[in-house]
Amino acid sequence: MPLPAEFADLEPYLAWALPTESERYARRLDSSLVEMQTFYDAAFPRLEEAIVYCDEHPYDDLPEDARTLLRLMQSLVMVSFPVEVWKQARVPDSGAAYLTVTAEPVV
Amino acid sequence: MALYPKPAEGSWTEHFPGVGTGVLSYEDCISPEFYEAEREAIFKRAWLNVGRVEDVPRVGSYFTKEIEVAATSLVVVRDLTGQVRAFHNICRHRGNKLMWNDYPRAETAGSCRAFTCKYHGWRYDLTGKLTFVQQEGEFFDLDKADYGLVPVHCEVWAGFIFINLAESPEPLQVFLGAMVTDLGGYPFDALTERYDFTADIRCNWKIFLDAFQEYYHVPVLHSQEATPAARPKMPGFEAPYYNLDGPHRMVATSGPPRRLWPTDYQYPIEIATRSGLFGPWNEPDLGDDLPGVNPGGIKAWQMSNFQIFPNMEILIWQTGWYMLYRYWPTSHNTHRFEGSLFFPPARTASDRAAQECAVVMFKEFALQDAGMLVGTQQGLESRAVRDDFPLNDQELLVRHFHNSVASWVDDYQRAHPVSVTR
Amino acid sequence: MTEAVLPADFSDLEPFAATWCLATEAERYARRMASTMAELEAFYQAGFPRIGEALGYCDKFPLDGLPDDAHHLLQLVHSLIMVAMCVEIWHQPNVIDGADAVLDRVAEPLP
Repeated sequence: MPLPAEFADLEPYLAWALPTESERYARRLDSSLVEMQTFYDAAFPRLEEAIVYCDEHPYDDLPEDARTLLRLMQSLVMVSFPVEVWKQARVPDSGAAYLTVTAEPVV
Repeated sequence: MALYPKPAEGSWTEHFPGVGTGVLSYEDCISPEFYEAEREAIFKRAWLNVGRVEDVPRVGSYFTKEIEVAATSLVVVRDLTGQVRAFHNICRHRGNKLMWNDYPRAETAGSCRAFTCKYHGWRYDLTGKLTFVQQEGEFFDLDKADYGLVPVHCEVWAGFIFINLAESPEPLQVFLGAMVTDLGGYPFDALTERYDFTADIRCNWKIFLDAFQEYYHVPVLHSQEATPAARPKMPGFEAPYYNLDGPHRMVATSGPPRRLWPTDYQYPIEIATRSGLFGPWNEPDLGDDLPGVNPGGIKAWQMSNFQIFPNMEILIWQTGWYMLYRYWPTSHNTHRFEGSLFFPPARTASDRAAQECAVVMFKEFALQDAGMLVGTQQGLESRAVRDDFPLNDQELLVRHFHNSVASWVDDYQRAHPVSVTR
Repeated sequence: MTEAVLPADFSDLEPFAATWCLATEAERYARRMASTMAELEAFYQAGFPRIGEALGYCDKFPLDGLPDDAHHLLQLVHSLIMVAMCVEIWHQPNVIDGADAVLDRVAEPLP
C-alpha cells in the first residue's frame, strides 16, 4: 500500500509523489490547469490530516507510506500558486527566467 | 533580345545621372565597421515603416516594435484623439521595458487605456504623459511633467506608420518624395486581408533586399516559377521601366495576367484554385484611377515594385493586391525579414483558397532566396574577390541602392568626423 | 471506425482527414516536410481532382459561417495547395535550393 489506508482516495495522484523540487516544478509546467485543479481539489481538504499523520512519526524515520504522503503534500504546495493565484502553470511576467534549486533537504 | 526599348542614353543605368556603370564593392555587406556606421547614419536618421494603421484600429490599440539595429524598442499607439504616436518603450523611472507580454524581448500588441510599468507601477497616458507615481511622496522634488515617455517622431502616409529616431527629421512626405507619394491615392485601406511572415536570415539585409529588386536572377534561381513547358520560352528577364527618386527606386513589369497564359504554362493547382504565383484571378474593383502605380505608363502593366529607402518595399499587382517587405538588420551578417501579403477580405471559401495558393507560392520561391543568399554572405566574407562585382542594366536598382547607402553614410560621417571610422 | 468529419459527398477523402485537416499553415508545412513523396502523391492523386467540387460545396456557405464538415473540407483544400507545390513543382518535399531556410507565417486569417 503506497499511501496510508485512510488516504487511499489520493492514490490516483501518486504520480505527484516526487522527491525533489525540480521534479515537482517540471511536472507543474507539463500539466494543464485542469489537471492541477483536479489534484488540488482532492488533496487540499486532506492537508491537515496528512500533516497530523506524518507528525506521529519522527521526521528522520518516516515509514514509507508517510514519506509518500508528505511528498504528495509538497506537490500540493507546488500547484497551489498556479491554481489559487496565477490561473496558469507559469508565473506571469517571468519570461524565460528560471531558478534552479541546487541543494535541498529531501524527505 | 531587347524586348523593350531602352532610353535614349542606350541603357537605363546611363539614363540616370551619377549612377555609373563601374564595378561594385560589397564591402558594405561584410564589414562590421560599416554596419556600425549604417546604424547611426541610416537607421537613426531615416523614416522607417513599422506598421499599418490597421495594426492600431481603435483608441488605445498599441503594438511594440523591436528595432535591434537602433538598439531600442518602440511602442506605437492610437491616442484618444485618434492620432498615432510612438515612444521609446522604456519606463522613465529606472529604465525598465514598459510594454511586454510573455517575454521582454518578444514583440506584443493589444489595447489599453494607460501604459503601466510592471516594475513599480508608474503609469503613462496614451500621449506619453506620466500620470501616476507609486508612493510619489517618497521621491525628491519629482515633477511628473519632466518624466513623460520619450517620444519618437511618428507620421502616417497612405496608412503606413513610419517612425524616425532623429531629433528633427525632415517631414515624412518630403523624405518619401513625389515618386512614392504619388501612390498615396492607392486603396491600400481596401486590402485588409493579411498574411504575415517573418524569417531570421544569415545574411546582410542589403544582400536579401538586392534579390527583391532585380529580376535578372528569376529565370535562373527561380526557374521553376515557369512550368516545364514554359521554361524554354523564358531565356532571360527585362523590365520595361525603371525610375529613381532620391534614395528611392522602382521597377515595373508588363505582360498578360498569368491566368491568360496557355494552360500548360500554369501549374495545375493554379488553375484549380483560380490563383497562383501572380495572385488570385478574381480581381477586386479598386476603381479605374490608381494614381502612381504605373508611373512609366507602360502598356500591359503587370506590377510595380517600389523600394523605399532604406528597408521597405511595396509591390503592387495590377490584379488588385500588394506585398509589403521590410528588412531589419540584426548584425552585419544577419537580418530579420518581414513580409506581408494584402488582399481584399475573402467572402467565400473559393476566395480564401485562391489567396492561400498565392501566399503558399510566395513562400516557396522566397525560400529559394533565403536558402541561397546565406551562401552569398559566405562567399563575400571570403574576400577572395573584392570591389570588383560587375552589374548589368537590369541590376540598376541594386547599384542605386548601394550608392544611396554609401551616400547616407558619407554624409553622416562628414558631419560627424569623430564617429565610427571605416 | 472513426466518425466522419467531411461532408458525405467527400467520404472518399475521409482517409486523409486525420492527417491533413490542419488549421494553420505552420501545421500544414510541418506535415508536408515530415511526409514522404509517396504519401504526398497519394493524397494529391485522391484530392486534387476534387478541389473544384470541394470549393463549390464550401461556397454554399458564408466563409465566416462554415459548418464543421465544410470547414474541414476547406482545410483539406489548403493542404492540397501545400502538397501541390511538392508534387507539381519540386518533386520533393522541400523547396529546391531552399537549404535550411525557414519563413514562418506568423499571422493569417482563419478559416
